[in-house]
Amino acid sequence: MKQIKQWLQTYSLFLIFTLIIFILLEYLVRSELIPAFIIPAPTSVITSIIENWKPLFLEHLPATLLEFLIGFVIAVVGGVGLAVGMFFSKIVEKTLYPAVLISQMIPIIALSPIFVLWFGYTIWSKVAVTVLISFFPIVVGTYDGLKSSDKEYIELLRSMGATRMSIFKKLNIPMAMPSFFSGLKLAIVYALVGATIGEWLGASEGLGYYSRRMSGNLNSEGVFAAITILTLLGILMFALISLIEKRVLKWKYTD
Amino acid sequence: MTLVLKNVSYTFRNEANQKNKVISDLNMEVRNGDFVSLIGKSGTGKSTILKLITGLLKQDEGEILINGKAITLGDVGYMPQRDLLLPWRTIIENIMIASEIQKDLQITKDEARSWLDRVGLLAYENALPDQLSGGMRQRAAFLRALLTGKDLLLLDEPFGALDALTKKDMQTWLLSIWQELNKTILFITHDLEEACFLSDRILLLHLDKTLDDIPVNLSRPRHPEMLHEMELITLRHNLEKRIAHETN
Ligand SMILES: Nc1ncnc2c1ncn2[C@@H]1O[C@H](COP(=O)(O)OP(=O)(O)OP(=O)(O)O)[C@@H](O)[C@H]1O
Ligand SMILES: [Mg+2]
Repeated sequence: MKQIKQWLQTYSLFLIFTLIIFILLEYLVRSELIPAFIIPAPTSVITSIIENWKPLFLEHLPATLLEFLIGFVIAVVGGVGLAVGMFFSKIVEKTLYPAVLISQMIPIIALSPIFVLWFGYTIWSKVAVTVLISFFPIVVGTYDGLKSSDKEYIELLRSMGATRMSIFKKLNIPMAMPSFFSGLKLAIVYALVGATIGEWLGASEGLGYYSRRMSGNLNSEGVFAAITILTLLGILMFALISLIEKRVLKWKYTD
Repeated sequence: MTLVLKNVSYTFRNEANQKNKVISDLNMEVRNGDFVSLIGKSGTGKSTILKLITGLLKQDEGEILINGKAITLGDVGYMPQRDLLLPWRTIIENIMIASEIQKDLQITKDEARSWLDRVGLLAYENALPDQLSGGMRQRAAFLRALLTGKDLLLLDEPFGALDALTKKDMQTWLLSIWQELNKTILFITHDLEEACFLSDRILLLHLDKTLDDIPVNLSRPRHPEMLHEMELITLRHNLEKRIAHETN
């Protein structure tokens, strides 16, 4: 109960704002001030979702979700692994950190056709885009977090005879958590974007594919139906990570 | 337990390779069961001496020996100037951390609890450091050093940030624990009265890097009333005069 009240306090202004925009849009479209193929009325987007729920939720959503999940897991495992490697080895850091930075400068959309060339129209071309786009915030978040341990804390543990490994476990890892989670929250949102972009470039299913097909048909309700589901999915994923974060970082959120 | 420093020197070097010789040809000895205070102006190198004894810094010249053997990391209980409690660990987890690091050190949760009780922190056993006052945190940090189980405790201004009344309480229980467990304590402070009240000897570190060894002729056990004894007041004045003329 208290949580709901707090939630309303935080988001009520935003909800009212959203509602006003929706009502305004609805009015503009219905009174034909804006043509429906430019921006559809919110109610027709909802109708479109309901009418097409079967292909949307049973075919396209699972396809996108799978690409997204595989890509995200690979990015997390690989990103954390690389960050730990760079933390322990100057050689690894010097060799790969610039490469990680440069990977971010690559316009991924331009690179994506290459993935289609490599992996064909399989799920892996989408996974590759997802990994490439969500890898960076995880590596940087984890690596910066691991490095953030105060020298004085390290000295305290060393004075007790702690080995590098036990300092890593007892100090570096917990210290890295806040920064790791910041990276993770960005990454999970990026991963969804990555999966969608991947589908644009070549796919036969998925919400990104669906929205592109609908735009080809000048069916703006259909485009926005897919976008709405993707947005809600993104919010859900973000909220999920935030929830886990609050659990793990309890010490940061209690006062 | 005897701690000996023989002709110890230490120089800090920065990135520009500028040198700052902080400790030069230092000789000192702390014997078993001693309570020794280390005083001196800010920047004379008191904390540096403690870090050398812990093994965190390695002297450029000379020897640091405990019972005739060169010191290594993990030989002493060290309480740094900041309390450095880990914010994600509860108080009891914080004070027991040494027993997680050193496999041969066995401290049970019950023992840790009874220590928390001793210093009035039992109610905060499962609290996080952020929920404690400055004085409570210092007590927890002291217990963490104590529960390393080492005979020699190095305390860097443990009561520096406390108000006068809390400080008096802490001094009293520090003395009682020291006596009960037969610990050896090397104690840094800026408070001359505190140094006189607690110590058997006072080591006064000068800016020119020389060290005076001054005995404190007060009987044991110490009581707060002794703060008004002539012996202590005279000694305090004496120390004040010796330090006052030094300039940075
Ligand atoms: N990590 C460091 N790198 C370089 N110089 C340092 C470092 N730590 C201390 N110093 C220098 O060494 C000198 C002694 O410092 P130290 O901290 O030992 O003094 P202190 O007597 O403990 O002072 P205070 O009473 O203020 O705590 C100072 O001049 C300081 O600038
Ligand atoms: Mg100091």
